[in-house]
Amino acid sequence: MEYIILILAGILFATAIYNILQKQLLRIIIGTVLLSHGAHLVILTMGKLKRGNPPILDESVTNYTDPLPQALILTSIVISFGITSLLLVLSYRTAKENNTDNMEEMRGESNE
Amino acid sequence: MSFMHFIILLPFIAAIFIPFVYKKWNIHLHTGWFVIIVPLFIFINLLFQIPAISNGDTIFLSMKWIPSLGINFDIYLDGLALMFALIISGIGTLVVLYSIFYMAKEREALHNFYVYLLMFMGAMLGLVSSDNVLVLYTLWELTSVSSFLLIAYWYERKKSRSGALKSMIITVFGGLAMLAGLIMLAMITDTYSIREMIASVNLIIESPLFIPAMVLVLLGAFTKSAQFPFSIWLPDAMEAPTPVSAYLHSATMVKAGLYLLARMTPIFGGSAAWFWLVGGVGIITIFYGSIRAVRQTDLKALLAYSTISQLGLIMSLLGVGSAALYFNIGNAQEVYAVAIFAALFHLFNHSTFKGALFMVVGIIDHETGTRDIRRLGGLLTIMPVTFTIALIGSLSMAGLPPFNGFLSKEMFFTGMLHASEVNIFGLDGWTILFPIIAWIASVFTFIYCMILLLKPFLGKLQPEKLPKDNVHEAPFGMLVPPVILGSLVVLVFFFPNLLAEYILKPALVSVIPTVSTGNEVFEIHAWHGFDSIELWMTIGVIFFGLLLFFSIKKWNIAFRFFPDKLSLNNLYNATIENMEKQSASFTDRYMTGNIRHYLLYIFIFITVIMIGSLISFDAISFNFSSTGEISIYDIGILVVMVAAAMTTLLTKNRITAIVSLGAVGYLMVMLFVIFRAPDLALTQMVVETVTTVLFLLCFYHLPKLGKRLEKMKFKVTNLIISIGVGLTVTIMTLIASGHRLHVPITNFFENAYELAGAKNIVNAILVDFRGFDTMLEISVLLIAGVGVFTLIKLRPKGSENDEA
Repeated sequence: MEYIILILAGILFATAIYNILQKQLLRIIIGTVLLSHGAHLVILTMGKLKRGNPPILDESVTNYTDPLPQALILTSIVISFGITSLLLVLSYRTAKENNTDNMEEMRGESNE
Repeated sequence: MSFMHFIILLPFIAAIFIPFVYKKWNIHLHTGWFVIIVPLFIFINLLFQIPAISNGDTIFLSMKWIPSLGINFDIYLDGLALMFALIISGIGTLVVLYSIFYMAKEREALHNFYVYLLMFMGAMLGLVSSDNVLVLYTLWELTSVSSFLLIAYWYERKKSRSGALKSMIITVFGGLAMLAGLIMLAMITDTYSIREMIASVNLIIESPLFIPAMVLVLLGAFTKSAQFPFSIWLPDAMEAPTPVSAYLHSATMVKAGLYLLARMTPIFGGSAAWFWLVGGVGIITIFYGSIRAVRQTDLKALLAYSTISQLGLIMSLLGVGSAALYFNIGNAQEVYAVAIFAALFHLFNHSTFKGALFMVVGIIDHETGTRDIRRLGGLLTIMPVTFTIALIGSLSMAGLPPFNGFLSKEMFFTGMLHASEVNIFGLDGWTILFPIIAWIASVFTFIYCMILLLKPFLGKLQPEKLPKDNVHEAPFGMLVPPVILGSLVVLVFFFPNLLAEYILKPALVSVIPTVSTGNEVFEIHAWHGFDSIELWMTIGVIFFGLLLFFSIKKWNIAFRFFPDKLSLNNLYNATIENMEKQSASFTDRYMTGNIRHYLLYIFIFITVIMIGSLISFDAISFNFSSTGEISIYDIGILVVMVAAAMTTLLTKNRITAIVSLGAVGYLMVMLFVIFRAPDLALTQMVVETVTTVLFLLCFYHLPKLGKRLEKMKFKVTNLIISIGVGLTVTIMTLIASGHRLHVPITNFFENAYELAGAKNIVNAILVDFRGFDTMLEISVLLIAGVGVFTLIKLRPKGSENDEA
């Protein structure tokens, strides 16, 4: 099971990077979201995808899935959500101010 | 801290008070009168050391600075150090006296001048008396810095600034090289003390670092002492006020390199490399400096090149004399030790006559307003005293009796003739070049001395060409220091052995520790008899010198064959310019301002480093033992997820891209469900929904995605990089998940109920076991929220679209 999920994570990374290397702001943000999905999958898989019970204590159960990666991912989801929303608003403002969402056109002034 | 330390550090202490003195009293009294006390006091105190030192005693005084690193301000006063310290403080006194009359107290920023000068003096005194190489280096650089400040003293002039910069770059380059060399020596011998290094010289000679350390130390000495080809900074340093040129750039700082060589001779001397490097570079420098000096029309530039030439002379003698260490004892040693003796003697003589000559040129400049020899002439009757000093100085420099230059020049020829007989380093035939080049250089030295002496003083006075009218003799005070130096020049000629006995011989012992100075070889005689070759060489110099001087107009044309473009200065300028241009174009090439390029660098770097290190550590090994079995649902979810992710790439429609991104998110929810993570599934679902809504809100305001017009190369590059990163991630994680090193700590968290009173373990981790993470995550959300609010609400004033 793990290696299939890891290959999936690899594919998510590849699509994310391809998106990030594009010129349009929206695609770049899509790329970052895909990237965080890939990362979450990796974290989950590294804790072994044991098919146990959900990590909720119950007298009758002895075999739980690993709760620690889950807690880590939960934190990560929230953080990446915060960043995504900020990025979105930032890109909205940038496109508004510059009348473009093309990264190639958004360059600073040369220093000299 | 002993009294000696106080003496050495006195200039620094005095420098602190100078600005206050200047502010309070300069209107009434020239600040220089306060400053002059310092070098005079030091000089007198050092004079009292002469009896002890000339008896063969040495003074060693330690002062802790950073004892844990072995860096201490240890003073080691032997003959060599004392000789230099006397020159520094003695000429320092005279230069300060001279500057009192040279620098007008109304116009000049004297507090700056004297602070820099005292700083230099202290650094120089410390340099020559320090036993610790790191302290020596520190003060070495301090002399560079204070020299930089003094050259650019008139900082509003462009030439001063560029001269200062050039001297700084070159001397600091050499200084850093020297630091590396000194550290190598310290590594070999495990001490920073020069005395202890000399004591363990056998270790150094056997070390493979012997030659690198020698070359690096030599680089420091050559740059500081303006040896070929590092001599170019010295003529440009002539933009400094004349007292500075006289003090730093003829008598003291440029001799720091010679001091270092003399100090290091017991370590490196006796080896062929040292003999050839020091002797060879020295002899090239004499030749180069003397030929260039003949061409100059500015008196100070002429003196600068003559300084270069004379320093080369001393350097070549030090090189030749180092052969004395090859022979440990006896007659052969003394023959070469005479060369070192001559070097020290000429070093002293040069300080006297060159200081006087600079002061003479300063007087001419001060009284007529120009230093250009084409404008000057006929000053003999107007400035008789100045002329007399110029006569003494330049004839001494040319090597004529009855002046001290004659004695050291004779000894120079003796040394060079001995050098031609060197047959120990396997290259015996070539050494014949030493006396030949030395002789030719002496002829040119004679010529430029004649130019210096005759051009400004003889001929006709041309008042219309001079910037100042009413030219007259310098004030009395300005004449006193050069007169003192001039009389020293004559006195040393008549009583050379007094100087030799008390100053030079102890210094010689510091350089060649095994030599016995009692021998009559070290008696200085003016007369060697008609059968000595040296005498005939001198007569030849005078004869050919006069011949060439009077026909100078005829052969001067020959210099046209060496156009200015081939000069070292041009090489230096072109190098600096090229380096700036190259680095600018290099930076422009990779710093494109395009974010995609930077991302490419990062991703390529990640891929190459990761895969490269995996291969080089031979770490690629997979372990496919899996704990979970695959069901048909899983496969279905995975396939759809890949398809959705691909769609975000391929679609040209914004809404399709956003929706398929949403699909990926919801499939993540499914995976979380399958892998028994209910909290994750819940959160992911909510977050995904909100994110999608945000995307939909935003895309309305963003321009359409439109047709992709990217070139094929663009797409292929992106494809390769993204596949590379994807592969890297997969490979890395596969390897990592196949090799688990430790048992997880998960079982501990199953105590959630006993320890935290919670049945949901994930929640217990979030708010109890690892509650700190959660707190900060909340602050992240808060900050993001504030950021979003700010971005929407706050607009720069006068913004065009104010609709929100």
